[in-house]
Amino acid sequence: MIELIKQPWSWYASGAAIAFIMVLLLFFGKTFGFSSNLRTMCTIAGAGKTTSFFDFDWKKQRWNLLFLIGSIMGGFISATFLKSDQPLQLSKATIADLQALGISFDGGLNPTAIYNWHYALSAKGFAVLLGAGLMIGFGSRYANGCTSGHAISGLSNLQLPSLWAVIGFFIGGLFMTHILFPLIFS
Amino acid sequence: MKGLKFIIAGIVFGIIMVKSEAASWYRIQEMFRFQSFHMYGVMGTAVVLGIIAVYLIKKFHLKDSQGHLILFHNKDKRWPKYIIGGIIFGLGWALAGSCPGPMFVNFGYGYLTMSIVILGALLGTYLYGVVKNKLPH
Repeated sequence: MIELIKQPWSWYASGAAIAFIMVLLLFFGKTFGFSSNLRTMCTIAGAGKTTSFFDFDWKKQRWNLLFLIGSIMGGFISATFLKSDQPLQLSKATIADLQALGISFDGGLNPTAIYNWHYALSAKGFAVLLGAGLMIGFGSRYANGCTSGHAISGLSNLQLPSLWAVIGFFIGGLFMTHILFPLIFS
Repeated sequence: MKGLKFIIAGIVFGIIMVKSEAASWYRIQEMFRFQSFHMYGVMGTAVVLGIIAVYLIKKFHLKDSQGHLILFHNKDKRWPKYIIGGIIFGLGWALAGSCPGPMFVNFGYGYLTMSIVILGALLGTYLYGVVKNKLPH
């Protein structure tokens, strides 16, 4: 069983597993949507005292925070017990494109060229990581959901607004990748 | 403990994000460069199975674990917020290589510098709440 989980997963097994999580939460009486946790965390930190958007009964989102805690544990368990012996099977074209931007492929999940403390605490690296997070947080609340809420839950329920959001995600992602990456990296 | 099932679901979700490589910065780049089918296959499969599951839940009026009918809500149809917010989200998604779920999964995986992205996401959410009423929706 462990060996089966350890090997890299096919796209169809991965997709089925994600759909399973969405359905599981429906049967728990909840809706899969991760970015709501960011709002809840602002509320817990006291943002509701000054801003009405955060003035809501966060205890109704307690389940989602527990899900978040679980997801951190899931990441830890994957790294500790379920790591595959093989490097990530990234396409050669992507490896070459990233190399040209000065980001070398190291076989892991994320590039150590970006996710290391030396870069993260440099002025530029800190701005890149904090700025990326700012856009994710601002954008997901503005669009009323992120990849889980729109691309998975929303599209599964045939919601046209979720399709608009996913189209927006792609416009932003393509612009960042093809226009801004050469300016930010290299 | 009543909340245990959510922690377990979260653990399974975290493992899925890692093993599907949806939590990989590299895979997100590969997707936005159209250089592999992998992420499109992952999302496409999830959505197709999700549509079938939601259809069946509605058709057979299935109930959740507390015995309540599983209900679905239609999202507000005014579209500018989805496009504008979506674009801003997409810019950050491609740069960080993680969306909100995977940024926490990656932190647990050992990418501790992801905490700066998480901090940014919290600040961004807060900023949205502050300026919300001044934005077109």
